[in-house]
Parts: sequence; structure tokens; C-alpha cells
Amino acid sequence: MSLFRKVSEPAAAKAGVIVTVEGRDVPVPEGASAAAAVLLAGSDAIRETGVSGAPRAPYCMMGVCFDCLAEIDGIPNRQSCMVTVAPGMVIRRQHGKRTVDTAVAAE
Amino acid sequence: MGQNGEMKQHDAIVIGGGLVGAAIAYGLAREGLDTALIDEGDVAFRASRGNFGLVWVQSKGVGAPHYQRWTRLSAAEWPKLAAELGQRTGVAVGLEQPGGVQLCLGDEEFAGRQAMMEQMRTEAGNFGFEYRMLSHDELAETLPGLGPEVTGGSWTPYDGHVNSLYLLHALHKGFVERGGTYLPNRTVDYAAAQPHDFRLGSGADEIAAPRIVLAAGLGNAALAPLFGLSAPVRPQRGQILVTERSERIWPIPLGSLRQTLEGSIMLGSSEEEVGFDTGQRPEVMQAIAARAVRTFPWLAELQIVRAWSALRVMPPDGKPIYDESEKFPGAFTANCHSGVTLAGAHANAFAPMVAAGALDPMMLPFSARRFDIPQAAE
Amino acid sequence: MTTEKIDFAVIGAGPAGMAAATLAAELGLDTVLIDEQDAPGGQIYRGVERAQDNSPLGADYLAGKPLAAALRASGATYLPATTVWHIDPDGTLSLISAAGARTLRARRILIATGAIERPVPIPGWTLPGVMTAGAAQIMLKSAGLVPTGRVVLAGQGPLIWLVAAQLIRAGAPPALILETTSLGNYHFAAHRLPAVLWPSRRALAKGIGFIGEVKRAGIPIIHRVTGLAARGRDHLETAVWNGCETQADLLLLHEGVIPNTQISLALQLEHRWDVGQLCWRPVADEWGATALSTISVAGDGGGIAGAEAAALSGRLAALDAASFLDKIDPAERDRRARPVHRALKREQAIRPFLDALYRPAPAVLVPADEVIACRCEEVAVVQIRRAARLGAQGPNQAKAFTRCGMGPCQGRICGSIVSAVMADTLGRPIAAVGTYRPRAPYKPITLGALAGFEHPEGLSEALTGAVGGA
Repeated sequence: MSLFRKVSEPAAAKAGVIVTVEGRDVPVPEGASAAAAVLLAGSDAIRETGVSGAPRAPYCMMGVCFDCLAEIDGIPNRQSCMVTVAPGMVIRRQHGKRTVDTAVAAE
Repeated sequence: MGQNGEMKQHDAIVIGGGLVGAAIAYGLAREGLDTALIDEGDVAFRASRGNFGLVWVQSKGVGAPHYQRWTRLSAAEWPKLAAELGQRTGVAVGLEQPGGVQLCLGDEEFAGRQAMMEQMRTEAGNFGFEYRMLSHDELAETLPGLGPEVTGGSWTPYDGHVNSLYLLHALHKGFVERGGTYLPNRTVDYAAAQPHDFRLGSGADEIAAPRIVLAAGLGNAALAPLFGLSAPVRPQRGQILVTERSERIWPIPLGSLRQTLEGSIMLGSSEEEVGFDTGQRPEVMQAIAARAVRTFPWLAELQIVRAWSALRVMPPDGKPIYDESEKFPGAFTANCHSGVTLAGAHANAFAPMVAAGALDPMMLPFSARRFDIPQAAE
Repeated sequence: MTTEKIDFAVIGAGPAGMAAATLAAELGLDTVLIDEQDAPGGQIYRGVERAQDNSPLGADYLAGKPLAAALRASGATYLPATTVWHIDPDGTLSLISAAGARTLRARRILIATGAIERPVPIPGWTLPGVMTAGAAQIMLKSAGLVPTGRVVLAGQGPLIWLVAAQLIRAGAPPALILETTSLGNYHFAAHRLPAVLWPSRRALAKGIGFIGEVKRAGIPIIHRVTGLAARGRDHLETAVWNGCETQADLLLLHEGVIPNTQISLALQLEHRWDVGQLCWRPVADEWGATALSTISVAGDGGGIAGAEAAALSGRLAALDAASFLDKIDPAERDRRARPVHRALKREQAIRPFLDALYRPAPAVLVPADEVIACRCEEVAVVQIRRAARLGAQGPNQAKAFTRCGMGPCQGRICGSIVSAVMADTLGRPIAAVGTYRPRAPYKPITLGALAGFEHPEGLSEALTGAVGGA
């Protein structure tokens, strides 16, 4: 069950943005953050910590607590509350320590 | 605690609670000496808080084989110290000594490094110095994503790394657990020195001991003359960058790059002569980042979550100063910029010397008297 | 890349920053306003440009619209989605954005980074489903989203009533309000009330209005709550207090706001511990000027006083900057500032009353031993106490011993908790124990972005020898 939903007002039901959260398509209001998208999608947690594996979800929604870290469009550990949704954005849970793609070529 | 003229007598006093002082104090306490460790407060220069965490042997003592030998001694003592601290304090310092590699960018760097390694081996004589120059391809097997600009690197089996903050914590804990007296938030207001009789006043406290060790880092320069010693150290700034935690990529420390057990990647190194300024310079941070990205292009994607600068305790020739006072026997000093690497030697070799009352003759080349000798024309 | 030289750099596009940048540009200063978010408004006016006139957030929120419009119309250069990661006391700012890295050299910098929610470290506060009241408000402001399920609002302060009223209007009333205001606070505040009754009548009336709105909506309110905790296995299941328990899907916590001092501390500006507001504040004069002539502060980042006060203090900072940079003479600065000073005094009048009424209980600053103090590194209060007993004299040594403060938030959340816990353990006042020393990068930046950041005028002579050698 989602922790959040849209205010039932015509104004708020304007054209939304479709993003993918853990493989599921989720319509999200324009201007919402990726963290809001995750909460809308009904995810319990947005990440597991790299320290103990404890589940975490957004706490402050304003870029202070860093508990909303998620993988967005392939980039791990992004503060999802500071990223505005865009059509086709792919959001995934951050599972502890990030992985590294060592095959990245030099610029 | 002394009040109203009362003096608290100890067997030994150590001034300075950083990695050097804490290791020596721990060693003294372990020798059974009733030791007082005087330290500053939360805001102080504290080179120990800015440490990179290397147990680095391969570059120590070019042109000064005694320094290489001392470093090797320390590296050999390290596993014992780590195990003992873990057992007694419950703090695991995370020592790993798999050997280490210093990576070189370009042929010139590689050639220069090889020449340095060869010189180390020649100077080591019978003591020996084992190293190998590894090519890019040889390294690429163990170091995925090694950048094309890396021509190779120097490897020795002696190098390793450790969590320097856990080490500091463990030394303090171990010191107190062995009956040491920790006196923080203090400066030395006055000092009176006589042979084998030293008194310090700090605030309301007065302490006395027949042995005293000056391990106050940059503070030693001013303290030393009071005890018939000389410690001409200057600050040299270094900056460090730390990345977000990642899956384990590197099995060994790489000199100016290493990955911690928690997964963070630490990046250095730099040297700036800026006096006592602990600020950060974006230009230097950029240079560190740029070299790191040339070494491993995939590093570019990682986020830096933390960075700092710290002031190394730097003697004029970069090599440690260990001394005992001629004027006031019983007074000693220890100064270096490698408090982690030399922790093994400080706790297990230097402290026993202090307890016994005199430095071993092997320490003579480290005396500050070497700065009195006019340099031969070069 | 060369360093662009400007007159005035403003950090933060909340009410203080917007008002300062707008006025500064008007006064002829070459002004740049830098903000992390996509649109102006800071947190209090977040998303205000897109807000509808009938917004459930109310008239006070909509008051941010003209501020944003004025900013857009002004001659100030506005840099959204841009992060300041380092400031040098000489006025150099290192910035990073999607467009890359750049440097600015300003003759005056205004830190207008506002406030953050005071952390509310209760047992279980790291569980998914526990958020700040401000977070729920941000969801409403930026995305028109409201909570589903059973919402419990817990804590104290004007924001509790404001958020409750906003949620009611938006059709998602909270199920329960747990107010933590103690009896002692009422007595304290009662003494301050007579002095503020007339000057702050409008603000008081507004507050009473919100409280009335919430009560009329029939929301159950429990007073003098203590022992707050969140329980659940992998996420919040129940909220607990005073030996009672209730099922909850979302627990919104609030114990006031405190200045965001991350940058002011990184610059090593002197800070003092405000015993009335129980927070650290940068030491600054009535214009927001600090001991560093290049740095000034305005808005809630200098001390909590609310949005209207923030805009006024932003204007004062702009006037002071213009005088400092010889665009206007001090006499004109003083003349123009007089009505602003008066208005600011009026806005600040209610503070002593609110500070007394909503003073956080000791457990908010010094939680129980098992509570997590550092969320990032998962360090419990008891570990901090042990570090203090081992000899750590302040937060920086505690950080060295326990890792608290080493996570990505760089001590923003745990800082106040750690200072208070150490003070309590060491038996010393918080003012003596001190704070973390935050460092650059103020927000994370990638190695690639940093590597691509070209130094403006070449490496200075101060940089010697081996970069990279060990």
C-alpha cells in the first residue's frame, strides 16, 4: 500500500509523468521528486544501509538526512528527494554498498 | 590530581595523545610503568585525525637505510600489536598487510620509481629489500579497470593498511585499561626539568615523573628546548578525499589510493607548505581527483562524500627525529609523519627503550643533532 | 575556465535569499543567486510558483509567489540546480551543476541556507514510515501528494498545527495528534505571553486559528506526551507513548526547526549556543555581517524567526552589502533600513514566547542509550557516551572514535544530538563541548566532476612536489 496519494483535486490530476520504480510503471505528478515516486509506488523501503543492511525510507525530504538514497537511471546513491522526476526515469532501491562498473572507459 | 601545590607522581609522562604519543604511552603502560598521558582538547591540529591509514614501507628511507630498517621493524611488529589490541580492548583495527603497490603514470614515473627501489635495495645491503616492478598487464589481473596511462608499479611484500582512527581508539582504550592516566583538555603551562626529574603544571594539576616523552606533534618544536631537546618540525598540509562505500574492488593498498574495509575509497596524496592553515584548496582536491581518474577511469563515477586536510609533522629532511636529552637524561622525544606505520615500533621498541632509560644505539642517526652538522656541498 | 568575478553571491533561494538577491540587483550589485533546487522558494515556499490560488497550503504559503516573481524579474542571475561545494574565505565559490563545474569570485557572500527540522531521535526513528512533519508538507507543496493510511502527528510547535490543518484541507486528516508540550512549558510561556500579546497579535491569532481548525475537524489530540517511540520490524507498525500504543502507517515527527549551520561552521565562523532556542547560531550583527568581511548570513540560518523575518533580514543583508561595496553610502543604507528593522523587530517579537512554549524536552536532545544518534553510520547514543568516558572531549574526537558524523549527511542530523550527549556525559555545558567541523565538499560531488574542475589561474606556488607520490 502506498504511503501517499494525490490530493483529489482536478488541478493536481493534471498531466503526470510515468517513471519506473523497481520495474513497475508509476504515474507521478509533475514536479514530484524521485523519493515521492518511490513512496507513491508503495515501496516499504527505498534502500538497505551499507552498514547493517537495515531498511530505510525518506525521512526529511529536503536533502539533509541522506536516507532517501536510491539508484536513479543507473547511478547509485543519489539523493532521490533532490531529483525531480522525468518521463522514463528508472528508479531502483539502493542495496547497501554500491557496485562499481570497472569497465568504464577513460574519457 | 594535584591541588594546592600537591604533586602527582608517575613513572612516566607522555605529552601528546595522538598516534605517536598514544602508542608510546600504551607501550610504557604495558611495561608496567604508571604513565600519565597529557593531551589537548577537541579542537587541535591532531595530525592523527587526518591520517590516510597506510602501513607503508616501500618508500621510507631512500638515502637513509636506518629509516627503512626502523620502518621494517615496525611493520614486523604490527601484526602482534593489532592482535594484542584486538584481544585486550575489543577494538579491531582492521590491519591488512598483503603487500602494496605504488602505481606509476607514464614511462618517466616508472623509471624513476624503479631507480628508487633499486637504490633502496642497494642501501639495504644484507638486511635485504624485496621488491618487484610490475607491468601494466601484470597489475591489470588483480586491479580491474586499470587505466591505460598506468605503465606499471612498484610492489613490496611489507606494505599494508589499517583503520587509523580505530587504532587511536584502541591505543587509548588499551592505555587506560592497563592503568594509564589520561589527562585531556590540557596544555603545558609550565615545565621544570632536572635529570630524571620532570615536573609539569597544567591548569590546577601538577605532575612529576623521572621519564618524559615529548610526542606533541607540531607542539614539540616549542616544548623541546625546555627539556634540552630539539624538534625542528614544521607543518606540511595534505588533503584527502573519501568516496561513498562501494563493493570491495582492491585487495591491496595502492599508495595514494586505498579501499577501507567499510568500502570507502580514500584518495591522496598532496603536499603543501602553507604553515598552520587547515583549510582546503579546490585546486589540490582537483589534482588528486584528476590523477585518481587517470589511474582508474571508473573512479570518475564515484561520489566524494567527505574530504579533509591535515598538517603532517614534518622534520626538515622528512625522516623521524628520535632523541634523548643529554642535558636532562630521562627526557625523550619522538617526531614523525608516519604515526600509523611506525605504531608497531613506537609501542614495541621505542617504549621499552624509554622504560629502560636510554635509547638503543640504533636510534643515533635519528637524533636532531644531525641537523647541526653543516651540509656537505651537493 | 576563468573565474567570474561578481559583487554579491547569495546561497539559498528561500525568502531571505530571494529578497536579498532582488534588492541587491536593484541597488546595482552584480548578483548571483545559487540554489540546489530546480525552482525558487527554498523549503518554506517550495514549489510556490506552480501553486494554485486555492492551495490547501494557505495564504502564508502563497505569499512566497510575489517574492519568486520579483526574483525572476530582477537583474540577479539565478542559478538553480546548482550546488556550492566549497567556499574560500577570500570569496571564491566552487559550484557544480549538470552543466559542469565553475568558480565564482564574489566580494560578498550571503549564506541564506535556512533551517532544518530539529532531529527527533526516538527509539525506532530510523524505521521506514517515520518522517518529519516538514517532509509531509514538502510532499504536498512539491507534488500535491498526501498520506494515505493512518497518520500520527507527534511533537510540538506551530508546524504541527499548520501541517494538520493543511492535511485536513487536502482531504487527508491525521488520525491522531500527540503533543509533547510539557506542563512546565506552559508556565514558562505564560510569563512571556503578556509582552507579546499586542505586538504579535496577528501571528497568535493565526496560530489559534489553525489549532481551532484542527479541533473542529475532530482530530483526537493527546497532550503532555512523553516516551515517544516507533515500533515495527522492517517498517513502522505502531506509535508508542506514555505506556500507550496505536497502530500507525506514517509517524510525522516535529520538535521545531534549527538553523542549517553546515556552511557557516565549515567556514569556521564563530557560533554561539542559543539557550532559548537550544541551537547553534552563527555570530553576526544586525545586518548579518560576520567577523569575516566577505561572509554574511540572513534568514533562519542565522537564527529561527520565520519566513517573513527571513525576507526582511535578506533585505538588510543586501543593503549592508551595497554599502560595504560602496554602491550606497552608510547613511542611505541606514535610512532605507529603518522601516525594515522595525518590521523585523515586530516579526521577531513572538519568538521568546514560542521558544518557551515549545521548548523540546531533555530527551529530544539527549535520547536514551539505545537510540541511534548517527543515522548514517548507525551509531547509538551509548557509543557516544563511551567515547566521552574514554576521553573524547568533543564531537570531533567522538567522531574519530565511533564514526558518528562520517556518513554522507556530514553530521547535519546527528550534530546537535552528539554535542548534547557529550555535554551530558562530561557534565559540561553544550557551549563548551562545541560542534563538528564540517568540510568541503558541502554536498557530495563525483570524482569525475571534480577532476574536470580546472583551477582558474594555475596551481599556486604553495603547492609543491608529489601529488600522488607516497
